[in-house]
Amino acid sequence: MSAILARGLTKKFGAFIAVNQLDLDIAPGEVVGFIGPNGAGKSTTIRLLCGLLRPSAGTASVAGFDIARQPEAVRAHIGYMSQKFSLYPDLTVRENLRFFAGLYRVPASEFETRSAFAIDMAGLAGREEALVRTLAGGWKQRLALGCAILHRPPVLFLDEPTSGVEPQARRRFWDLIQAQAADGVTILVSTHYMDEAEYCNRIALIDAGHLVAMGSPGTLRGRHLGGALFELEGTPLGAALAALRQMPGVIDATVFGDGLHVLLHDAQDAPALPEKLRAQNITATAPRPIMPSLEDVFVQLVSHRAASS
Amino acid sequence: MKLRRLSAIAYKETLQVWRDPRSLAVALLMPAMQMVLLGYGVSLDIRHVPLCVYDQEQSQISRALVADFTDGGWFDVVSRLPDEPALRAAMDRGTCAGALTIPVDFTRVLTSTGAANVQIVFDGTDANTTNIATGYAQAIIAQASADFQSRWGQAHALPAPTRGVVDLEPRVWFNEGLDSRNFIVPGVVAVILALVGSQLTSLTVAREWERGTMEQLISTPVTALEMMFGKLAPYFLIGMLDAAFCLAATVFWFHVPFRGNLLALTVTTGLFALVVLGIGYLLSVRIHNQVGASQVALLVTLLPTTMLSGYTFPLDQMPLAVQAISLIVFARYYVTILRAVFLKGSPLAWLAAPVFALVVTACIIIWLAARAFRKRLD
Repeated sequence: MSAILARGLTKKFGAFIAVNQLDLDIAPGEVVGFIGPNGAGKSTTIRLLCGLLRPSAGTASVAGFDIARQPEAVRAHIGYMSQKFSLYPDLTVRENLRFFAGLYRVPASEFETRSAFAIDMAGLAGREEALVRTLAGGWKQRLALGCAILHRPPVLFLDEPTSGVEPQARRRFWDLIQAQAADGVTILVSTHYMDEAEYCNRIALIDAGHLVAMGSPGTLRGRHLGGALFELEGTPLGAALAALRQMPGVIDATVFGDGLHVLLHDAQDAPALPEKLRAQNITATAPRPIMPSLEDVFVQLVSHRAASS
Repeated sequence: MKLRRLSAIAYKETLQVWRDPRSLAVALLMPAMQMVLLGYGVSLDIRHVPLCVYDQEQSQISRALVADFTDGGWFDVVSRLPDEPALRAAMDRGTCAGALTIPVDFTRVLTSTGAANVQIVFDGTDANTTNIATGYAQAIIAQASADFQSRWGQAHALPAPTRGVVDLEPRVWFNEGLDSRNFIVPGVVAVILALVGSQLTSLTVAREWERGTMEQLISTPVTALEMMFGKLAPYFLIGMLDAAFCLAATVFWFHVPFRGNLLALTVTTGLFALVVLGIGYLLSVRIHNQVGASQVALLVTLLPTTMLSGYTFPLDQMPLAVQAISLIVFARYYVTILRAVFLKGSPLAWLAAPVFALVVTACIIIWLAARAFRKRLD
């Protein structure tokens, strides 16, 4: 049975379609990264799945419960971290834990062990009586996660949990997510940091409410580009970009940092590129084959969609 | 409804109030301040009316008459005037609210004919004070006349003046001194409770929306009822403590007689607290921001409670349409009950109608508040 299953899930706000015909099928214990730009519909989808928004069309079930018909059962089986930091800043670490344990009716006999686990996980041992207001970002995020898993939910929804957190703390947060997954918890986590996608079992790329592609980071990189990716440096950059885009055999060329990423139909064409550019008075380095990043895949997929629609 | 979740919310709310200076000020400081302000500030009794005296005669009798005016504390002589133009000027400047003129031949006319005139002029710009001061002046003159008549009669060896066959002896029950403080201060308790109660709860849900904690809260299995009762519980306690403080101040500080039954007072105060707390909560749920909710709460509780509850402005003197509107002003029932319990000592059973009205209001408000909350973002 799927931990999260969505079929044709749609959410409209007036004329604006935030989530459009979304299908998801996530197995228990999977970590799925929800990736896309701001406003792509990531938060809306998560809120739909948590039962916080009513779908305009389509169905979904979470932990086996229908989100529209059994929202309370869904709530009892999920942990949720909203995009906004949502613990109580005027309560202490322990008071926040006690509050959420109360809401989830964590048995009193288990509260001590579970809150000790959460405190340990957040790295807040010795600061139990500190007001949450006084904690730095990374600690707050980890405590929020601790509060969200106090009742041991089988499914976790984390909406951009690492935004605004320093890289080291982000890294640590992902370790915690993976530890949860190892215990069999299903996790849907949204982010706009492409590098974090690598931590996920599967990635759902979402753009303008559409699910653009879904798969493991490896498959997405290999399958969706539809060609061989090379990197080269050319001067002047603008002229090089324009010239490459005109050349036969080139699917696409994009500026990437100081250099250019060129997608070719056939890898065999690569060595000839500097020669062809020189004919147009452009100096270029020899193209190096590169492993496409997820960002490459994403840009490619989104531009395809834009072109076809 | 699960007690565990309800108490988790109640406990959290208590901690938050305890740590929030603004809520604490509303809960603890405001009642004391209002009690002093309203308890002392609002009095319909008029004493020490400033009076100018133009005594043209300066005789023993004229001075005795002036003394009659000041003795009871009703009037204070603020200035003695030398002539007519000075009187005009004093009235124009507002030095006094009234001016008493005793003619130069006052004693002569009085002793020869047994009757004489004095003149008192009032500043009619303050119609209310004038009205009441005129009453005081008439009473003082009537008393002085009677005293003089009996002395004059004795001096002229006349039989004592015959008394009327029917003599009205007015007696006032419940507020024997017709002291307006006794009448107003119990109502002040209603005003304070309405203000404090609705202000406290108007912040509670809106604050969660503003800070973003609400989204987390509604993702948990907590129900609308658990949340409402959990949030109302600590404020109910605070409201009852505030009410107890105000009622104690009414009895022990303002010396308003308490003749009623403490149980009746507690039950009705609890009902009224539920109504005002419920209104604040309802507004907080509907209006997702603290400032807006607290402003509207002020408007819908304080305004009708001061204007239309009969706490200072008698309802039966108002136009019928306004009286009809006042019927839905829940505070009027509580004010009626408070006065009856305090001054008349009425038991709960005799107050069935206003108590019933309060119960109905409380039920409606709580029902609306419970229904208003949706665990959805859309």
